[in-house]
Amino acid sequence: MIYADNAATTKMSESAIAETVKCMRECYGNPSSLYEFGQEAKVALEDARNRIAKCLGADAKEIYFTSGGSEADNQAIFSAAKLGEKKGKKHIISTAFEHHAVLHTLEKLKKQGFEIELLDVHKNGIVTPEQVKSAIRPETCLVTIMYANNEIGTIQPIAEIGEICREKGVIFHTDAVQAVGHLAVNVKEQNIDMLSLSAHKFHGPRGAGVLYAKKGIALETVINGGAQERGKRAGTENLPAIRGMAVALEEAVGNIDSYTEKLIPLRNRLIEGLSKIPYSELNGDREKRLAGNVNFCFEGIEGESLLLLLDDKGICASSGSACTSGSLDPSHVLLAIGRPHEVAHGSLRLSLGEETTEEDVDYIVKSVSEVVTYLRNMSPFWRDLVNGKRPHIFAEYTK
Amino acid sequence: MALYSEKVMDHFRNPRNVGVIENADGVGEVGNPVCGDIMKIYLKIENDVIDDVKFETFGCGSAIASSSMATELIKGKPLSEALKLTNKAVTEALDGLPAHKIHCSVLAEEAIKKAVKDYYDRNGIEYDKGLFPDCEGCEHCCDGH
Repeated sequence: MIYADNAATTKMSESAIAETVKCMRECYGNPSSLYEFGQEAKVALEDARNRIAKCLGADAKEIYFTSGGSEADNQAIFSAAKLGEKKGKKHIISTAFEHHAVLHTLEKLKKQGFEIELLDVHKNGIVTPEQVKSAIRPETCLVTIMYANNEIGTIQPIAEIGEICREKGVIFHTDAVQAVGHLAVNVKEQNIDMLSLSAHKFHGPRGAGVLYAKKGIALETVINGGAQERGKRAGTENLPAIRGMAVALEEAVGNIDSYTEKLIPLRNRLIEGLSKIPYSELNGDREKRLAGNVNFCFEGIEGESLLLLLDDKGICASSGSACTSGSLDPSHVLLAIGRPHEVAHGSLRLSLGEETTEEDVDYIVKSVSEVVTYLRNMSPFWRDLVNGKRPHIFAEYTK
Repeated sequence: MALYSEKVMDHFRNPRNVGVIENADGVGEVGNPVCGDIMKIYLKIENDVIDDVKFETFGCGSAIASSSMATELIKGKPLSEALKLTNKAVTEALDGLPAHKIHCSVLAEEAIKKAVKDYYDRNGIEYDKGLFPDCEGCEHCCDGH
Protein backbone atom coordinates (compact mmCIF):
# COMPACT_ATOMS: atom_id res chain seq x y z
CA MET A 1 0.00 0.00 0.00
CA ILE A 2 1.21 3.50 -0.79
CA TYR A 3 -0.21 5.97 1.69
CA ALA A 4 -0.44 9.32 -0.09
CA ASP A 5 -3.06 10.95 2.11
CA ASN A 6 -0.94 12.49 4.85
CA ALA A 7 -2.97 15.69 4.74
CA ALA A 8 -5.97 13.64 5.93
CA THR A 9 -4.06 12.05 8.78
CA THR A 10 -0.62 10.66 9.47
CA LYS A 11 0.79 7.44 10.83
CA MET A 12 1.66 7.88 14.51
CA SER A 13 5.38 7.91 15.18
CA GLU A 14 6.78 5.06 17.27
CA SER A 15 7.95 7.44 19.97
CA ALA A 16 4.51 9.10 20.16
CA ILE A 17 2.86 5.69 20.45
CA ALA A 18 5.33 4.67 23.16
CA GLU A 19 4.72 7.87 25.11
CA THR A 20 0.92 7.59 24.78
CA VAL A 21 0.88 3.97 25.93
CA LYS A 22 3.32 4.67 28.74
CA CYS A 23 1.06 7.42 30.02
CA MET A 24 -2.03 5.21 29.80
CA ARG A 25 -0.26 2.52 31.76
CA GLU A 26 1.70 4.47 34.33
CA CYS A 27 0.20 7.91 34.65
CA TYR A 28 -3.53 7.37 34.67
CA GLY A 29 -4.30 9.66 37.59
CA ASN A 30 -6.59 12.62 37.10
CA PRO A 31 -4.56 15.87 37.02
CA SER A 32 -7.32 17.53 39.06
CA SER A 33 -6.95 15.04 41.98
CA LEU A 34 -5.02 16.30 44.94
CA TYR A 35 -3.22 13.12 46.01
CA GLU A 36 0.32 12.54 44.83
CA PHE A 37 -0.62 10.18 41.97
CA GLY A 38 -2.99 12.79 40.54
CA GLN A 39 -0.41 15.50 40.95
CA GLU A 40 2.10 13.40 39.01
CA ALA A 41 -0.37 13.49 36.12
CA LYS A 42 -0.63 17.24 36.58
CA VAL A 43 3.14 17.52 36.30
CA ALA A 44 3.10 15.39 33.14
CA LEU A 45 0.38 17.65 31.72
CA GLU A 46 2.29 20.83 32.45
CA ASP A 47 5.49 19.33 31.10
CA ALA A 48 3.69 18.63 27.81
CA ARG A 49 2.34 22.18 27.80
CA ASN A 50 5.83 23.61 28.30
CA ARG A 51 7.33 21.51 25.55
CA ILE A 52 4.59 22.38 23.07
CA ALA A 53 4.86 26.07 23.94
CA LYS A 54 8.58 25.94 23.26
CA CYS A 55 7.99 24.40 19.80
CA LEU A 56 5.73 27.32 18.91
CA GLY A 57 7.74 30.12 20.50
CA ALA A 58 4.91 30.68 23.00
CA ASP A 59 4.61 30.77 26.78
CA ALA A 60 3.09 27.75 28.49
CA LYS A 61 0.24 29.88 29.85
CA GLU A 62 -0.79 30.63 26.28
CA ILE A 63 -1.40 26.96 25.42
CA TYR A 64 -4.92 25.53 25.81
CA PHE A 65 -5.48 21.85 25.10
CA THR A 66 -8.50 20.98 22.96
CA SER A 67 -9.87 17.90 21.23
CA GLY A 68 -8.30 18.97 17.96
CA GLY A 69 -8.10 21.62 15.28
CA SER A 70 -11.83 22.09 14.75
CA GLU A 71 -12.51 22.81 18.40
CA ALA A 72 -9.57 25.20 18.55
CA ASP A 73 -10.85 27.06 15.46
CA ASN A 74 -14.34 27.33 16.94
CA GLN A 75 -13.08 28.64 20.26
CA ALA A 76 -10.64 31.12 18.72
CA ILE A 77 -13.23 32.63 16.42
CA PHE A 78 -16.06 32.78 18.96
CA SER A 79 -13.70 34.35 21.49
CA ALA A 80 -12.49 37.09 19.14
CA ALA A 81 -16.06 37.73 18.00
CA LYS A 82 -17.24 38.13 21.59
CA LEU A 83 -14.41 40.54 22.37
CA GLY A 84 -15.25 42.52 19.26
CA GLU A 85 -18.94 42.59 19.98
CA LYS A 86 -18.30 44.18 23.38
CA LYS A 87 -16.63 47.07 21.59
CA GLY A 88 -19.27 47.21 18.86
CA LYS A 89 -16.89 45.70 16.30
CA LYS A 90 -18.58 43.07 14.19
CA HIS A 91 -16.53 42.80 11.02
CA ILE A 92 -14.43 39.66 10.41
CA ILE A 93 -11.97 39.08 7.59
CA SER A 94 -11.14 35.60 6.32
CA THR A 95 -10.62 33.83 3.00
CA ALA A 96 -12.89 31.88 0.69
CA PHE A 97 -10.89 28.65 1.01
CA GLU A 98 -10.65 28.15 4.77
CA HIS A 99 -11.36 24.80 6.37
CA HIS A 100 -15.04 24.22 7.18
CA ALA A 101 -14.19 24.42 10.89
CA VAL A 102 -13.58 28.11 10.22
CA LEU A 103 -16.13 28.77 7.48
CA HIS A 104 -19.04 27.14 9.27
CA THR A 105 -18.20 28.97 12.50
CA LEU A 106 -18.17 32.24 10.54
CA GLU A 107 -21.52 31.30 8.99
CA LYS A 108 -22.93 30.97 12.48
CA LEU A 109 -21.61 34.40 13.43
CA LYS A 110 -23.09 35.85 10.27
CA LYS A 111 -26.51 34.73 11.49
CA GLN A 112 -25.77 36.58 14.73
CA GLY A 113 -25.24 39.80 12.83
CA PHE A 114 -21.51 39.75 12.11
CA GLU A 115 -20.29 40.90 8.75
CA ILE A 116 -18.00 38.29 7.22
CA GLU A 117 -15.64 39.34 4.43
CA LEU A 118 -13.99 36.47 2.56
CA LEU A 119 -10.92 37.54 0.61
CA ASP A 120 -10.16 36.21 -2.84
CA VAL A 121 -7.26 33.75 -2.93
CA HIS A 122 -6.49 34.18 -6.63
CA LYS A 123 -5.64 31.49 -9.13
CA ASN A 124 -2.49 30.52 -7.21
CA GLY A 125 -4.30 30.01 -3.90
CA ILE A 126 -2.53 32.79 -2.01
CA VAL A 127 -3.97 35.86 -0.35
CA THR A 128 -1.78 38.98 -0.24
CA PRO A 129 -0.97 41.14 2.80
CA GLU A 130 -2.18 44.15 0.79
CA GLN A 131 -5.65 42.61 0.50
CA VAL A 132 -5.79 42.21 4.25
CA LYS A 133 -4.53 45.76 4.79
CA SER A 134 -7.17 47.33 2.60
CA ALA A 135 -9.96 45.16 4.03
CA ILE A 136 -9.32 46.12 7.67
CA ARG A 137 -11.79 48.71 8.95
CA PRO A 138 -12.21 50.40 12.34
CA GLU A 139 -14.93 47.85 13.15
CA THR A 140 -12.84 44.79 12.24
CA CYS A 141 -12.46 42.51 15.26
CA LEU A 142 -10.71 39.50 13.73
CA VAL A 143 -8.61 38.38 10.80
CA THR A 144 -8.58 34.58 10.48
CA ILE A 145 -6.47 33.15 7.68
CA MET A 146 -5.15 29.61 7.41
CA TYR A 147 -1.41 29.02 7.43
CA ALA A 148 -1.41 26.40 4.67
CA ASN A 149 -4.40 25.15 2.74
CA ASN A 150 -5.47 21.58 3.47
CA GLU A 151 -6.38 20.70 -0.12
CA ILE A 152 -3.91 22.51 -2.34
CA GLY A 153 -1.16 23.09 0.23
CA THR A 154 -0.53 26.74 -0.59
CA ILE A 155 1.31 28.67 2.12
CA GLN A 156 0.01 32.11 3.10
CA PRO A 157 2.19 35.13 4.00
CA ILE A 158 1.41 34.73 7.69
CA ALA A 159 4.14 36.91 9.21
CA GLU A 160 3.28 39.84 6.93
CA ILE A 161 -0.43 39.51 7.63
CA GLY A 162 0.37 39.27 11.34
CA GLU A 163 2.38 42.47 11.18
CA ILE A 164 -0.45 44.36 9.52
CA CYS A 165 -2.94 43.13 12.11
CA ARG A 166 -0.56 44.10 14.90
CA GLU A 167 -0.22 47.62 13.50
CA LYS A 168 -3.98 47.97 13.14
CA GLY A 169 -4.72 46.43 16.53
CA VAL A 170 -6.83 43.59 15.13
CA ILE A 171 -6.68 40.04 16.52
CA PHE A 172 -5.05 37.65 14.05
CA HIS A 173 -5.91 33.95 14.21
CA THR A 174 -4.43 31.29 11.94
CA ASP A 175 -5.65 27.74 11.41
CA ALA A 176 -2.21 26.14 11.26
CA VAL A 177 -3.40 22.54 11.29
CA GLN A 178 -1.55 21.69 8.06
CA ALA A 179 1.51 23.78 8.88
CA VAL A 180 2.61 22.96 12.43
CA GLY A 181 5.27 20.27 12.38
CA HIS A 182 5.81 20.87 8.65
CA LEU A 183 6.88 24.51 8.54
CA ALA A 184 8.83 26.60 11.03
CA VAL A 185 6.24 28.37 13.19
CA ASN A 186 7.00 31.03 15.78
CA VAL A 187 3.98 32.87 17.09
CA LYS A 188 5.96 35.79 18.50
CA GLU A 189 8.14 36.39 15.45
CA GLN A 190 5.17 35.95 13.12
CA ASN A 191 2.81 38.22 15.08
CA ILE A 192 0.23 35.48 15.55
CA ASP A 193 -2.35 36.19 18.28
CA MET A 194 -4.18 32.87 18.07
CA LEU A 195 -3.29 29.60 16.39
CA SER A 196 -4.99 26.20 16.04
CA LEU A 197 -3.18 22.91 15.61
CA SER A 198 -4.01 19.23 15.56
CA ALA A 199 -1.72 16.41 16.72
CA HIS A 200 -2.66 13.78 14.15
CA LYS A 201 -1.33 15.87 11.27
CA PHE A 202 2.24 15.53 12.54
CA HIS A 203 2.34 11.85 13.55
CA GLY A 204 0.67 12.40 16.90
CA PRO A 205 -2.57 10.83 18.13
CA ARG A 206 -6.10 11.84 17.18
CA GLY A 207 -8.29 13.66 19.67
CA ALA A 208 -5.66 16.14 20.78
CA GLY A 209 -5.09 19.69 19.63
CA VAL A 210 -4.07 23.08 20.85
CA LEU A 211 -5.40 26.58 20.82
CA TYR A 212 -2.61 29.07 21.35
CA ALA A 213 -3.99 32.39 22.56
CA LYS A 214 -1.66 35.26 23.27
CA LYS A 215 -1.57 36.53 26.85
CA GLY A 216 -4.31 39.08 27.35
CA ILE A 217 -6.84 37.55 24.98
CA ALA A 218 -9.83 36.44 27.06
CA LEU A 219 -11.17 33.15 25.75
CA GLU A 220 -14.83 32.20 25.66
CA THR A 221 -15.59 28.73 26.93
CA VAL A 222 -17.09 26.49 24.30
CA ILE A 223 -17.13 23.33 26.45
CA ASN A 224 -18.63 24.23 29.82
CA GLY A 225 -18.05 22.36 33.04
CA GLY A 226 -15.04 21.91 35.30
CA ALA A 227 -12.13 24.28 35.79
CA GLN A 228 -9.62 22.51 33.55
CA GLU A 229 -7.46 24.63 31.23
CA ARG A 230 -7.76 27.60 33.58
CA GLY A 231 -11.52 27.45 33.27
CA LYS A 232 -11.49 27.88 29.52
CA ARG A 233 -12.05 24.30 28.45
CA ALA A 234 -13.86 21.85 30.69
CA GLY A 235 -13.37 18.09 30.67
CA THR A 236 -10.76 15.74 32.08
CA GLU A 237 -7.63 16.23 30.03
CA ASN A 238 -6.81 13.58 27.42
CA LEU A 239 -3.39 13.18 28.98
CA PRO A 240 -2.13 10.14 27.02
CA ALA A 241 -2.90 11.88 23.72
CA ILE A 242 -1.48 15.20 24.99
CA ARG A 243 1.77 13.45 25.98
CA GLY A 244 1.90 11.75 22.58
CA MET A 245 1.25 15.11 20.90
CA ALA A 246 4.14 16.78 22.74
CA VAL A 247 6.57 14.04 21.75
CA ALA A 248 5.33 14.00 18.14
CA LEU A 249 5.59 17.77 17.85
CA GLU A 250 9.16 17.93 19.17
CA GLU A 251 10.12 15.19 16.79
CA ALA A 252 8.39 16.80 13.79
CA VAL A 253 9.82 20.24 14.51
CA GLY A 254 13.29 18.71 14.83
CA ASN A 255 12.88 16.97 11.49
CA ILE A 256 11.49 19.88 9.48
CA ASP A 257 14.69 20.59 7.58
CA SER A 258 15.47 16.99 6.63
CA TYR A 259 11.82 16.29 5.88
CA THR A 260 11.54 19.30 3.60
CA GLU A 261 14.81 18.51 1.88
CA LYS A 262 13.63 14.98 1.18
CA LEU A 263 10.05 15.75 0.20
CA ILE A 264 10.41 18.70 -2.16
CA PRO A 265 12.29 16.75 -4.85
CA LEU A 266 9.73 13.92 -4.57
CA ARG A 267 6.86 16.39 -4.81
CA ASN A 268 8.42 18.04 -7.85
CA ARG A 269 9.02 14.68 -9.49
CA LEU A 270 5.35 13.84 -8.96
CA ILE A 271 4.21 17.19 -10.35
CA GLU A 272 6.42 16.76 -13.41
CA GLY A 273 5.18 13.22 -13.97
CA LEU A 274 1.49 14.11 -13.69
CA SER A 275 1.97 17.21 -15.88
CA LYS A 276 2.66 14.81 -18.76
CA ILE A 277 -0.99 13.74 -18.67
CA PRO A 278 -2.61 15.94 -21.33
CA TYR A 279 -5.34 18.39 -20.34
CA SER A 280 -4.46 18.39 -16.66
CA GLU A 281 -3.28 21.16 -14.38
CA LEU A 282 -1.66 21.57 -10.99
CA ASN A 283 -3.84 23.36 -8.44
CA GLY A 284 -2.20 26.08 -6.38
CA ASP A 285 1.15 27.80 -6.56
CA ARG A 286 3.99 25.63 -7.88
CA GLU A 287 6.53 26.73 -5.25
CA LYS A 288 4.73 28.24 -2.27
CA ARG A 289 3.13 24.98 -1.23
CA LEU A 290 3.66 22.34 1.44
CA ALA A 291 6.58 20.01 0.74
CA GLY A 292 4.33 16.97 0.43
CA ASN A 293 1.29 18.39 -1.35
CA VAL A 294 0.33 17.72 -4.95
CA ASN A 295 -3.16 18.51 -6.24
CA PHE A 296 -4.25 18.11 -9.87
CA CYS A 297 -7.38 18.51 -11.94
CA PHE A 298 -7.93 16.24 -14.93
CA GLU A 299 -10.42 17.09 -17.66
CA GLY A 300 -13.16 14.62 -18.54
CA ILE A 301 -13.16 12.39 -15.48
CA GLU A 302 -14.73 12.31 -12.03
CA GLY A 303 -12.64 12.06 -8.86
CA GLU A 304 -14.42 9.33 -6.93
CA SER A 305 -14.03 6.72 -9.67
CA LEU A 306 -10.39 7.79 -9.96
CA LEU A 307 -9.86 7.21 -6.23
CA LEU A 308 -11.57 3.80 -6.25
CA LEU A 309 -9.39 2.57 -9.12
CA LEU A 310 -6.25 3.95 -7.47
CA ASP A 311 -7.31 2.13 -4.30
CA ASP A 312 -7.42 -1.08 -6.36
CA LYS A 313 -3.80 -0.36 -7.28
CA GLY A 314 -2.92 0.12 -3.62
CA ILE A 315 -2.77 3.92 -3.60
CA CYS A 316 -4.56 5.93 -0.89
CA ALA A 317 -5.42 9.46 -2.07
CA SER A 318 -8.28 11.95 -1.89
CA SER A 319 -10.35 14.14 -4.19
CA GLY A 320 -12.40 17.30 -4.10
CA SER A 321 -15.22 15.90 -6.20
CA ALA A 322 -18.80 16.32 -4.97
CA CYS A 323 -19.22 12.56 -4.84
CA THR A 324 -16.42 12.11 -2.35
CA SER A 325 -17.55 14.94 -0.11
CA GLY A 326 -21.10 13.70 0.10
CA SER A 327 -22.30 17.16 -0.87
CA LEU A 328 -23.66 18.34 -4.19
CA ASP A 329 -20.86 20.73 -4.99
CA PRO A 330 -17.22 20.02 -5.60
CA SER A 331 -14.50 21.39 -3.31
CA HIS A 332 -14.99 25.01 -2.25
CA VAL A 333 -11.20 25.36 -2.34
CA LEU A 334 -10.98 24.52 -6.03
CA LEU A 335 -13.93 26.79 -6.79
CA ALA A 336 -12.21 29.56 -4.79
CA ILE A 337 -9.12 29.40 -7.03
CA GLY A 338 -11.39 29.71 -10.05
CA ARG A 339 -11.66 26.12 -11.23
CA PRO A 340 -14.97 25.54 -13.01
CA HIS A 341 -17.23 22.83 -11.54
CA GLU A 342 -16.59 20.42 -14.39
CA VAL A 343 -12.86 20.13 -13.68
CA ALA A 344 -13.17 20.52 -9.91
CA HIS A 345 -15.04 17.18 -9.97
CA GLY A 346 -11.94 15.63 -11.54
CA SER A 347 -9.44 16.54 -8.86
CA LEU A 348 -6.87 14.41 -7.06
CA ARG A 349 -4.89 15.25 -3.92
CA LEU A 350 -1.75 13.30 -3.15
CA SER A 351 -0.03 14.20 0.12
CA LEU A 352 3.35 12.56 0.57
CA GLY A 353 5.10 11.80 3.83
CA GLU A 354 8.38 10.69 5.39
CA GLU A 355 7.96 7.15 4.14
CA THR A 356 7.31 8.03 0.48
CA THR A 357 10.04 6.84 -1.91
CA GLU A 358 11.01 7.73 -5.46
CA GLU A 359 9.68 4.33 -6.58
CA ASP A 360 6.34 5.17 -4.96
CA VAL A 361 6.20 8.44 -6.88
CA ASP A 362 6.96 6.72 -10.18
CA TYR A 363 4.35 4.07 -9.47
CA ILE A 364 1.77 6.76 -8.61
CA VAL A 365 2.49 8.62 -11.88
CA LYS A 366 2.15 5.41 -13.92
CA SER A 367 -1.05 4.36 -12.11
CA VAL A 368 -2.74 7.76 -12.33
CA SER A 369 -1.93 7.99 -16.06
CA GLU A 370 -3.43 4.55 -16.68
CA VAL A 371 -6.57 5.20 -14.66
CA VAL A 372 -7.16 8.66 -16.18
CA THR A 373 -6.84 7.20 -19.70
CA TYR A 374 -9.16 4.32 -18.83
CA LEU A 375 -11.85 6.58 -17.37
CA ARG A 376 -11.56 9.10 -20.20
CA ASN A 377 -12.14 6.31 -22.70
CA MET A 378 -15.57 5.64 -21.22
CA SER A 379 -16.46 9.29 -20.59
CA PRO A 380 -18.93 11.01 -22.92
CA PHE A 381 -17.69 14.32 -21.50
CA TRP A 382 -14.14 13.50 -22.62
CA ARG A 383 -15.46 12.43 -26.06
CA ASP A 384 -17.13 15.84 -26.42
CA LEU A 385 -13.90 17.60 -25.46
CA VAL A 386 -11.89 15.56 -27.96
CA ASN A 387 -14.47 16.09 -30.72
CA GLY A 388 -14.57 19.80 -30.09
CA LYS A 389 -18.24 19.73 -29.03
CA ARG A 390 -17.23 21.33 -25.74
CA PRO A 391 -14.27 23.66 -25.29
CA HIS A 392 -11.22 22.41 -23.41
CA ILE A 393 -10.61 24.14 -20.10
CA PHE A 394 -6.88 23.46 -19.95
CA ALA A 395 -4.15 23.58 -22.57
CA GLU A 396 -2.94 20.18 -23.77
CA TYR A 397 0.28 20.64 -21.82
CA THR A 398 1.25 23.30 -19.32
CA LYS A 399 4.77 24.20 -18.40
CA MET B 1 -18.08 -2.12 5.86
CA ALA B 2 -17.15 -1.00 2.38
CA LEU B 3 -18.56 2.04 0.67
CA TYR B 4 -20.35 -0.07 -1.96
CA SER B 5 -21.76 -3.58 -2.27
CA GLU B 6 -19.68 -6.24 -4.01
CA LYS B 7 -22.12 -6.10 -6.93
CA VAL B 8 -21.52 -2.37 -7.38
CA MET B 9 -17.76 -2.84 -7.22
CA ASP B 10 -17.94 -5.70 -9.70
CA HIS B 11 -19.90 -3.62 -12.21
CA PHE B 12 -17.64 -0.64 -11.56
CA ARG B 13 -14.42 -2.60 -12.01
CA ASN B 14 -15.67 -4.70 -14.92
CA PRO B 15 -18.39 -2.62 -16.55
CA ARG B 16 -20.52 -4.47 -19.09
CA ASN B 17 -21.44 -2.92 -22.44
CA VAL B 18 -19.06 0.03 -22.36
CA GLY B 19 -18.61 1.79 -25.65
CA VAL B 20 -20.34 3.40 -28.57
CA ILE B 21 -22.66 2.01 -31.24
CA GLU B 22 -21.93 3.68 -34.56
CA ASN B 23 -25.21 4.36 -36.39
CA ALA B 24 -27.22 3.64 -33.26
CA ASP B 25 -31.01 3.64 -33.68
CA GLY B 26 -31.50 5.65 -30.51
CA VAL B 27 -29.21 7.70 -28.29
CA GLY B 28 -29.99 9.23 -24.89
CA GLU B 29 -27.77 11.48 -22.83
CA VAL B 30 -28.58 12.87 -19.38
CA GLY B 31 -26.69 14.84 -16.77
CA ASN B 32 -24.08 17.51 -17.33
CA PRO B 33 -20.43 18.08 -16.51
CA VAL B 34 -21.16 20.82 -13.97
CA CYS B 35 -22.91 18.26 -11.77
CA GLY B 36 -20.17 15.74 -12.25
CA ASP B 37 -22.11 13.03 -14.06
CA ILE B 38 -23.19 12.33 -17.62
CA MET B 39 -24.65 9.08 -18.94
CA LYS B 40 -25.05 8.28 -22.60
CA ILE B 41 -26.92 5.20 -23.83
CA TYR B 42 -26.75 3.85 -27.39
CA LEU B 43 -29.40 1.40 -28.65
CA LYS B 44 -29.50 -0.92 -31.63
CA ILE B 45 -33.10 -1.97 -32.20
CA GLU B 46 -34.47 -4.85 -34.31
CA ASN B 47 -38.23 -5.50 -34.45
CA ASP B 48 -38.89 -3.50 -31.31
CA VAL B 49 -36.27 -5.51 -29.41
CA ILE B 50 -33.04 -4.12 -28.01
CA ASP B 51 -30.53 -6.03 -30.05
CA ASP B 52 -27.52 -4.24 -28.59
CA VAL B 53 -26.85 -1.55 -26.03
CA LYS B 54 -23.70 0.37 -25.08
CA PHE B 55 -23.02 3.13 -22.62
CA GLU B 56 -20.52 5.85 -21.85
CA THR B 57 -20.45 7.42 -18.39
CA PHE B 58 -18.63 10.31 -16.80
CA GLY B 59 -19.18 10.00 -13.09
CA CYS B 60 -18.51 8.26 -9.82
CA GLY B 61 -18.26 4.55 -9.12
CA SER B 62 -21.97 4.08 -8.59
CA ALA B 63 -22.79 6.01 -11.79
CA ILE B 64 -20.61 3.64 -13.81
CA ALA B 65 -22.00 0.59 -12.01
CA SER B 66 -25.61 1.80 -12.47
CA SER B 67 -25.10 2.27 -16.21
CA SER B 68 -23.51 -1.15 -16.52
CA MET B 69 -26.31 -2.86 -14.61
CA ALA B 70 -29.06 -0.97 -16.42
CA THR B 71 -27.71 -1.98 -19.83
CA GLU B 72 -27.54 -5.61 -18.69
CA LEU B 73 -31.17 -5.44 -17.56
CA ILE B 74 -32.49 -4.22 -20.93
CA LYS B 75 -30.26 -6.08 -23.36
CA GLY B 76 -32.32 -8.43 -25.57
CA LYS B 77 -35.57 -7.11 -24.09
CA PRO B 78 -38.51 -5.63 -26.02
CA LEU B 79 -38.71 -1.84 -25.89
CA SER B 80 -41.94 -2.02 -23.93
CA GLU B 81 -40.07 -3.82 -21.18
CA ALA B 82 -37.06 -1.52 -21.27
CA LEU B 83 -39.40 1.40 -20.71
CA LYS B 84 -40.62 -0.21 -17.52
CA LEU B 85 -37.14 -0.32 -16.02
CA THR B 86 -37.12 1.71 -12.83
CA ASN B 87 -34.23 3.14 -10.87
CA LYS B 88 -35.41 0.96 -8.01
CA ALA B 89 -34.88 -2.16 -10.10
CA VAL B 90 -31.36 -1.00 -10.98
CA THR B 91 -30.59 -0.27 -7.32
CA GLU B 92 -31.94 -3.65 -6.20
CA ALA B 93 -29.98 -5.52 -8.86
CA LEU B 94 -26.86 -3.83 -7.49
CA ASP B 95 -27.70 -4.98 -3.95
CA GLY B 96 -28.39 -1.39 -2.97
CA LEU B 97 -26.69 1.98 -3.22
CA PRO B 98 -25.84 4.50 -0.48
CA ALA B 99 -28.68 7.02 -0.02
CA HIS B 100 -26.81 9.91 -1.60
CA LYS B 101 -26.03 7.77 -4.67
CA ILE B 102 -29.60 6.84 -5.56
CA HIS B 103 -29.65 9.61 -8.17
CA CYS B 104 -27.09 7.59 -10.18
CA SER B 105 -29.70 4.87 -10.72
CA VAL B 106 -32.23 7.57 -11.62
CA LEU B 107 -29.85 8.84 -14.29
CA ALA B 108 -29.59 5.32 -15.73
CA GLU B 109 -33.37 4.97 -15.94
CA GLU B 110 -33.71 8.39 -17.54
CA ALA B 111 -30.91 7.83 -20.05
CA ILE B 112 -32.58 4.65 -21.29
CA LYS B 113 -35.97 6.34 -21.58
CA LYS B 114 -34.38 9.18 -23.50
CA ALA B 115 -32.68 6.78 -25.91
CA VAL B 116 -35.96 4.97 -26.58
CA LYS B 117 -37.75 8.28 -27.09
CA ASP B 118 -35.03 9.27 -29.55
CA TYR B 119 -35.66 6.04 -31.47
CA TYR B 120 -39.43 6.72 -31.56
CA ASP B 121 -38.88 10.33 -32.66
CA ARG B 122 -36.46 9.38 -35.42
CA ASN B 123 -38.87 6.82 -36.84
CA GLY B 124 -42.05 8.80 -36.41
CA ILE B 125 -43.49 6.17 -34.08
CA GLU B 126 -46.42 7.37 -31.99
CA TYR B 127 -46.11 7.02 -28.23
CA ASP B 128 -47.73 8.08 -25.02
CA LYS B 129 -46.00 11.32 -24.01
CA GLY B 130 -46.73 10.51 -20.37
CA LEU B 131 -44.10 7.77 -20.59
CA PHE B 132 -41.41 10.42 -20.89
CA PRO B 133 -41.74 13.05 -18.23
CA ASP B 134 -39.69 16.14 -18.96
CA CYS B 135 -36.56 15.07 -17.22
CA GLU B 136 -33.12 16.44 -17.56
CA GLY B 137 -31.64 13.87 -15.26
CA CYS B 138 -29.68 16.22 -13.18
CA GLU B 139 -32.24 18.14 -11.22
CA HIS B 140 -31.39 16.03 -8.18
CA CYS B 141 -27.88 17.29 -8.06
CA CYS B 142 -27.99 20.59 -9.83
CA ASP B 143 -30.08 22.74 -7.56
CA GLY B 144 -28.56 26.14 -7.52
CA HIS B 145 -26.44 25.91 -10.65
